Amino acid sequence: MKKIIIALLTLLPTVAFAAGGGAKLDHANNDILDKESLRNGAQTFMNYCFGCHELQYQRYNRTFADLGIDEKEGAATLIYTDAKPGDHIKNTMPKKEAADWFGSTPPDLTLVTRYRGGADWVYTYLRSFYADSERPFGVNNVIFKDVGMPHVFQQLQGVQELTAEAKAMLQLPTTEQRPLTVDDLVLTQPGDLSPADYDILVRDLANFLEYTGEPGKTERHRIGYWVLGFLVIFFIFSYFLKKEYWRDVH
Amino acid sequence: MLANLMAWIDARLPVTEAWNKHVGQYPAPKNFNFWYFFGSLAMLVLVNQILTGVWLTMSYEPSGDGAFASVEYIMRDVDYGWLLRYMHSTGASAFFIVVYLHMFRGLIYGSYQKPRELLWIFGMLIFLVLMAEAFMGYLLPWGNMSYWGAQVIISLFGAIPVIGDDLTTWIRGDYVISGATLNRFFALHVIALPLVLVVLVFLHILALHEVGSNNPDGTDIKKKKGTVPESEQSKFKFHKQYSDKYDIVDAIPFHPYYSVKDIVGVAGFLILFCWVMFFAPEGGGYFLEAPNFEPANGLKTPEHIVPVWYFGPFYTILRVIPDKLLGMVGMFAAIGMLFALPWFDRGTVKSFRFRSKLHFLNIAQFSICFIVLGVLGTLPASDLANLIGRIASLGYFGFFIALWFYSKEEKTKPVPERVTK
Amino acid sequence: MSNTPVNNGRRRFLTVATSVVGGVGVVGAAVPFIASWNPSAKAKAAGAPVEVNVSKIAEGQLVRAEYRGKPVYIVRRSKEILDNLGGFDDQLRDPQSAEPQQPEYAQNPYRSINPEFLVAEGVCTHLGCAPSYKKGDFAEQVEGVDYGFFCPCHGSKFDMAGRVFAGVPAPLNLVVPEHSFPTQDTLIIGIGKGEA
Repeated sequence: MKKIIIALLTLLPTVAFAAGGGAKLDHANNDILDKESLRNGAQTFMNYCFGCHELQYQRYNRTFADLGIDEKEGAATLIYTDAKPGDHIKNTMPKKEAADWFGSTPPDLTLVTRYRGGADWVYTYLRSFYADSERPFGVNNVIFKDVGMPHVFQQLQGVQELTAEAKAMLQLPTTEQRPLTVDDLVLTQPGDLSPADYDILVRDLANFLEYTGEPGKTERHRIGYWVLGFLVIFFIFSYFLKKEYWRDVH
Repeated sequence: MLANLMAWIDARLPVTEAWNKHVGQYPAPKNFNFWYFFGSLAMLVLVNQILTGVWLTMSYEPSGDGAFASVEYIMRDVDYGWLLRYMHSTGASAFFIVVYLHMFRGLIYGSYQKPRELLWIFGMLIFLVLMAEAFMGYLLPWGNMSYWGAQVIISLFGAIPVIGDDLTTWIRGDYVISGATLNRFFALHVIALPLVLVVLVFLHILALHEVGSNNPDGTDIKKKKGTVPESEQSKFKFHKQYSDKYDIVDAIPFHPYYSVKDIVGVAGFLILFCWVMFFAPEGGGYFLEAPNFEPANGLKTPEHIVPVWYFGPFYTILRVIPDKLLGMVGMFAAIGMLFALPWFDRGTVKSFRFRSKLHFLNIAQFSICFIVLGVLGTLPASDLANLIGRIASLGYFGFFIALWFYSKEEKTKPVPERVTK
Repeated sequence: MSNTPVNNGRRRFLTVATSVVGGVGVVGAAVPFIASWNPSAKAKAAGAPVEVNVSKIAEGQLVRAEYRGKPVYIVRRSKEILDNLGGFDDQLRDPQSAEPQQPEYAQNPYRSINPEFLVAEGVCTHLGCAPSYKKGDFAEQVEGVDYGFFCPCHGSKFDMAGRVFAGVPAPLNLVVPEHSFPTQDTLIIGIGKGEA
């Protein structure tokens, strides 16, 4: 018995580790109710990501409606293909050739926040690129090692490099290495945006991708409050009804 | 007018008779406690699963190419489709929660003992079919965890000597999990198994009402006819099938007393259920697992293939036995032991309230082992986890063995003639 | 079916109140089940308004468009056809288009916004067959009328405004769908005149 408890206690850190998905993530502090942020994120997505990545389960008109964008305006500013407003957000990149260019087909991003670890993962990932001359696109990523994607925001963010300490750490035998974190990076060449503005850009994009992961989430929460409120009332009535009847028994 | 209609129907189908026998004049012990909510809750969840399941079928596409996208179609394009889907996915986990608690109730109060062995067997069959139902349903979203979970579990059958490999191929209908597997699982999940489930639930209730409900004291509320003075008998009217044969004490009719009580249970349950469904439908990654939001990919295994939490205990037993065939045998034996519980227990006192300290400790260690096995099932394998898993597996099987030995000559307390408050 | 010793007012009140609240809950729970039968976003996208460029349609030519799964006939009517339209009202079942088989803005002698173009669903109002366009040889069906539609299934006849002739199985004129001309050459089926 005691053994089991001790064993369980020693296991606890493992549990915490498994729940955290393995990598330390920064908090995006995004808010899916902030439509301004979602609109900025959508614009960033269409400008920087859409060339390679699709949102194949998400429709333009649904996005416009949920983000408070007028359909005509949305069609003019956000639809870059000959798609109709009712269509899914799909690009025209040939899948097979893309696999040759990048090593694998760029994944669909509709659900990226749901299978990766939330908006925080996207936020951290896009702030975790660093210069690595051994990689085909000259960049590597702290939380997605040897990723096949170029750093599309390099112009905006600037160039990050590993700290001297981290580089030294990587020279150690593999058994003595520790996983890299975002704290191992320094900005060596500033980009067009200040670090604070870049964080906002990435946060808005992560926010938008959390939205596409489940466009009905806001509505789910809204209905949820009503349903719970109703159920509490029903519980109270049923409780008093039960009490009334059970006076016969006691 | 209504009375005439009822008379007309009753002359042709015993509706009123059945109502009285099973609801309005069914004698239920008056001392049911919290643990007795889970039977009716299991029924509620079953209805929820069937209704939402039927509705999901209306928009779901059972094919390797279309399944994943059709789930997203339901989540996005169908009005309230997301709600139907979450009701179903949350319901699946809720089903196992209430069923495990329902089984635990039977365990601590000895509800499996004579004369309720068949009732217990029907219950266990429901549990078994439910696991098959959940396993097949889990493949249908065609996410990557669906795919690999099914891959691993079906591969188990490969451990069977001689026929193993051919059997796995036959189950899959292909050399890997494929659209063919998906389609047959779909057919079984939406038609075959639910039918079996409903029939078993019907038999479970019929068997219950034949022998009558147990209660937390394990005291029989049906006394030999003519042994209890009128004034001591229950003041309520019960169906003659019960009152002709017995003097009934400490009982109340199921309706209205337990129907109103169960409604309170339902309301309380729904508050918890809806709270999860509306605000945390992923259940922290246990009800809907993150890798399942990626489509099935036969070339990319998720980092940790873990079964859904409710298979955890049995999966751990499988995993900690260092032999493929024995592991499978162990897993099925763990379920088989539960079936045989009425015969492992050779005692005559039902409720743990009046049984030995040893029995209490045995149940406690069994429950802890079961939970530990469940937790381990959702964690990646490691040496430490395997060690703990083995100890917990011993505890699991040890429960039954120990029970068989001590229950024959167990030092029990006297069971009161009448139920306690 | 009551099996209770007491049945006082408080008990009756609580029973009714709980039943009413529970009933509201059941109705609420039914909403997603009922609403999920509405056309989905996919169906709505597939049934979105259709744009047709009408500039290339020759006089007397029929062009088919598809809107919400139904064929829509678009015919550029020549002056001769239009002039002829008023000449056989006595043979028609509903010459004034009194039945609401068209939007209000098309309830006129030509059953159209722009007299030049007939826009009508190619679905016979009898049993849903597709009437065939009789270009110049309709006189075989109705003496003195050269253009019209003839349903091959049960012989219903319609004129060049989609109006049904009397004495055939079809009871009503052909349906004129919501449509509009945002520019002279573009026809949009599905968005009515004056809408968005």
